[in-house]
Amino acid sequence: MYKIIFNRPIANKVKHMRVKAPFIAQKRKPGNFVILIPDEHGERIPLTIVDSNPEEGTIDLIYQEVGTSTYKLGLKKDGDDLYRIVGPLGKPTHIEKFGTVVAIGGGVGIAPLYPIAKGMKEAGNRIVTILGARSRNLLILEEKMRAISDDLRVWTDDGSYGKKGLVTHGLQELIDEGLKIDHVVAIGPTIMMKFVAKLTKEHNIPTIVSLNPIMVDGTGMCGACRVLVGGEIKFACVDGPEFDGHQVDYDNLILRLKAYREYERISLERFANFYPELRDYIFGGAK
Amino acid sequence: MKNSMHMPEELKEKLRSRWNEDWRKELRKKLKVKERMALERTPMPENEPLERIKGFFEVNKGYTPEMAMAEARRCMDCANPTCVIGCPVAIDIPTFVKKIEMGDFLGAVKVIKETNALPAVCGRVCPQEDQCEGNCTYTRMGKRPVAIGNLERFVADYERAQGEVEVPEIKVKKNKKVAIIGAGPAGLTAAGELAMMGYDVTIFEALHKPGGVLMYGIPEFRLPKAILEKEIDYLKKLGVEIITDFVVGKTATIDDLKKQGYEAFFIGSGAGAPWFLGLPGEELNGVYSANEYLTRVNLMRAFEFPEFDTPIPRGKRVAVIGGGNTAMDAVRTAKRLGAEHAMIIYRRSRAEMPAREEEIKHAEEEGIEFHFLTNPKRFIGDENGWVKQMECVKMELGEPDASGRRRPIPIPGSEFLMDVDLVIVAVGTKPNPLIPQTTPGLKLAKWGEIEVDWETMGTSIPGVFAGGDIVRGGATVILAMGDGRRAAKAIDAYLSGK
Repeated sequence: MYKIIFNRPIANKVKHMRVKAPFIAQKRKPGNFVILIPDEHGERIPLTIVDSNPEEGTIDLIYQEVGTSTYKLGLKKDGDDLYRIVGPLGKPTHIEKFGTVVAIGGGVGIAPLYPIAKGMKEAGNRIVTILGARSRNLLILEEKMRAISDDLRVWTDDGSYGKKGLVTHGLQELIDEGLKIDHVVAIGPTIMMKFVAKLTKEHNIPTIVSLNPIMVDGTGMCGACRVLVGGEIKFACVDGPEFDGHQVDYDNLILRLKAYREYERISLERFANFYPELRDYIFGGAK
Repeated sequence: MKNSMHMPEELKEKLRSRWNEDWRKELRKKLKVKERMALERTPMPENEPLERIKGFFEVNKGYTPEMAMAEARRCMDCANPTCVIGCPVAIDIPTFVKKIEMGDFLGAVKVIKETNALPAVCGRVCPQEDQCEGNCTYTRMGKRPVAIGNLERFVADYERAQGEVEVPEIKVKKNKKVAIIGAGPAGLTAAGELAMMGYDVTIFEALHKPGGVLMYGIPEFRLPKAILEKEIDYLKKLGVEIITDFVVGKTATIDDLKKQGYEAFFIGSGAGAPWFLGLPGEELNGVYSANEYLTRVNLMRAFEFPEFDTPIPRGKRVAVIGGGNTAMDAVRTAKRLGAEHAMIIYRRSRAEMPAREEEIKHAEEEGIEFHFLTNPKRFIGDENGWVKQMECVKMELGEPDASGRRRPIPIPGSEFLMDVDLVIVAVGTKPNPLIPQTTPGLKLAKWGEIEVDWETMGTSIPGVFAGGDIVRGGATVILAMGDGRRAAKAIDAYLSGK
């Protein structure tokens, strides 16, 4: 069994879970993810490992409550068990000393960005961080990111914190300032990664993105997570999840992420019927 | 020697001495060979096609005790039982069949379990027509073989229905640890054999349930998961430890496990990675690999959505590309999930289909539509990126190719469009690369298969053995089990000499 040490909110509908998983804590590297199953009827869902403590044998996960599986995770209490967790999966991030690395995180994408930026920092890179969120109450991990960044700037869609605008504005600002950027790592909503990659391509800046397609087994067996990279089919679970941002077909990924929307709605509706007291919490934001 | 076709001396000895036992002699006298030969093969009772496509319950209902005994009487108890040569795990077939004739069903299952820990599985999914039954004396006489598979299934089910399954006593403890990678047919078999020899066996399984392809690939209507779980429970009773959610190569490498005291390894990690066709539009929504489609349905139980959280689209016009057993499993699953048109698209003709005859027959009865000599060229999506049409081309058969089957050639100008809302690509798999990637020194063949010595299943690394689809690329459950059994013997020899 996989004991949950704690499970607590860190922003609106975003939670931080620490789980006992000694083997994974030993082996994991920046960029790795796990597949977990909330309960016996649950799906297999991938989550990037945000941090680990090999001595304690724990790993840290951060997730946003968006569908049945993540709401199920959200209901877990400290000391509860996770049904299953397996990993570390995926290729670890290629880390080397590039020089100046710009780390761009959008929304809950800041969670998978953190271990990569941390690894880049430890490899001797200068880290310039751009964090984006819709609004101040959705911004996560600001302090942790600040601790490993040489420069950190926050952008919010509504201007409630930092500067008003998108992370691409933030990147444009750095370019306009004449910063020599050797490498960009961008993780966030697919549409955000698409536009970051578009901008860096114009400026010839090598860019890595981390993709989050729907997965099932997570070990290369099913092909659910296939993405088009440079016109070829790649499996994000074993060939990725990180890819050359200039080669990814983002539009296809956006379509594939919507494949089960109707099923997700049915499933969540059913879930809400089991937990009427959560109905407002679940659907309140959508109204 | 990919498929063992000779009989070792010790097996010959065993068969011969049992053949000479008094009860066998008596039994042979009860009916003349001529009388046995005159008996008709007992058909397998099946659920009606129109009933069974409404659900996922088993197609075959299994023999009654009377049917089993009647079928067992057909066996002539040949002095030279060629059926055994056809069995990759060398079951003493005549002895178990004759025990059935005597009405000693539990005795019969005991004989099977000497060399096969998964009889309920094998009785259901083995291609007996190519193996034991294909080598039955009747077959060579042009008659219908003894229904060995149906009999195996019967005694396994009979024993399970009795309640407590008997576990043999393990006499010697070897106090040596063996690691098995992958809880599929190869790994489960190797584990069972080694446990009976007295080794401490641990199976490491990547998924959350053991069984491998038996769990994620083969549908409920061919192999009920409850039966599989019972057979796996039997292995646990033999002392086999199964650790799920453990990806060897990722969670720990073979070298890490060596440090934990494991002295020998068997890799049975399967042909994990599905082939796609490389056609335009394959990335559209609604296009699946058979592995994904079947995994969602079988392992994740998507057919019970929303009771289970994993969804599967219920297509109305479902095209399955391919002609093997996996294609049959996928198309019959689609039918059960409500497809109005569940179609097989196969580039050759019916005669060249690699699927088992029984599977093709069941599919035909269930109203599966077969489009032979047809090949897809591209997939066309709607405005939401969901597949809506498939462009196909008609084929004709030319000269035989390397596989010995006539090569399909596209007929120019014969392209046509077919409306589809779900496409399942079932054109095979390649070996899972996770272990080869993380095990330095492991020698590989062309598509990433692990190279082995076919006698011992030993790899290029001493103490590391492999079998099943990770070495074969894509074969059958029983060949994988045969590999597991041969490897277990070699592991025993390796550890005994150590």
